[in-house]
Amino acid sequence: MKYFEDIQVGDVFEYGRYTFTADNIKAFAIRFDPQPFHVDEAAAERSHFGALVASGWHTALAWMRLMIDHRRRMDDAMRERGEGVAGIGPALGFRDLKWLKPVYVGDTIDYKSEVTEMRLSNSRPHAGLMTFRSTGVNQHGEPVISLVSTTFVERRVKPP
Amino acid sequence: MPKLFWEDFQPDAVAVYGPRLVTREEIVAFAAEFDPQPMHLDEAAAAGTILGGLGASGWHTCCLLMRMIAEGFLNESASMGAPGVDEVRWLKPLRPGTQIRVRTTVLDKRASASRPELGFVKMLYEVLDEQDAVLTTLMSSMMMARRDREAAR
Repeated sequence: MKYFEDIQVGDVFEYGRYTFTADNIKAFAIRFDPQPFHVDEAAAERSHFGALVASGWHTALAWMRLMIDHRRRMDDAMRERGEGVAGIGPALGFRDLKWLKPVYVGDTIDYKSEVTEMRLSNSRPHAGLMTFRSTGVNQHGEPVISLVSTTFVERRVKPP
Repeated sequence: MPKLFWEDFQPDAVAVYGPRLVTREEIVAFAAEFDPQPMHLDEAAAAGTILGGLGASGWHTCCLLMRMIAEGFLNESASMGAPGVDEVRWLKPLRPGTQIRVRTTVLDKRASASRPELGFVKMLYEVLDEQDAVLTTLMSSMMMARRDREAAR
């Protein structure tokens, strides 16, 4: 990760896309969210969704994986340029997670984040707190997920 | 026919689900698939982090909670899904070998103004360890079909 001082409010990170299939929707839901409309096509057709839909946790975890992979690529590139790499985490949690539209079989979601707040930490003077809003948009341009996360990011300049 | 409808959720009602043993293998497997950061993958790497040892991804804790409430009550209910999660706090690390339980508290319920067939039930979920320490809290409203509407169809 970039150091706290090198991140600005408004910075955008683009993570890439994930495509939901009947197989990966059901495989995820069987393990973590076995509600009928996530695991069974016939039951999903009878539900208010009208067809199989991805677990909202699956939509969130696809974002998480793409974000971690993106950070790793960014860190590798910074190391190659001889730049220092800041530690990141732990995250304290998240808020305002919204599942805005159902995610159906065949949907491809494009994920990104935008930094909304940067502030110093009272409890950890060697780090600052980065708050960012992450969103996923489907192939029709409709937002399907949005959440706000806050995590520690290491400072370049450590207080004495 | 579901057993639980919107009418069946009473504010302040508390229930506990579990226990469920969380193994090192599943913590590492989940992290490798969804959240491959060192503190979730490898003891040596985790020792040097703020977690001070291997701990589950916070998202893994959320997914374990989801599975436990799906099997605990949601799959017997007229759940219509959830519009989101208000807030999750990862308060303490979930360590390998912990027996977790989920405590649910009904915080509030209200009818839907625009959709008479359903209502909202606001829930607090707490993931507890063996000593009743709260590891994670999650607050979320679920959409639940109403029995009176179901009967009228």
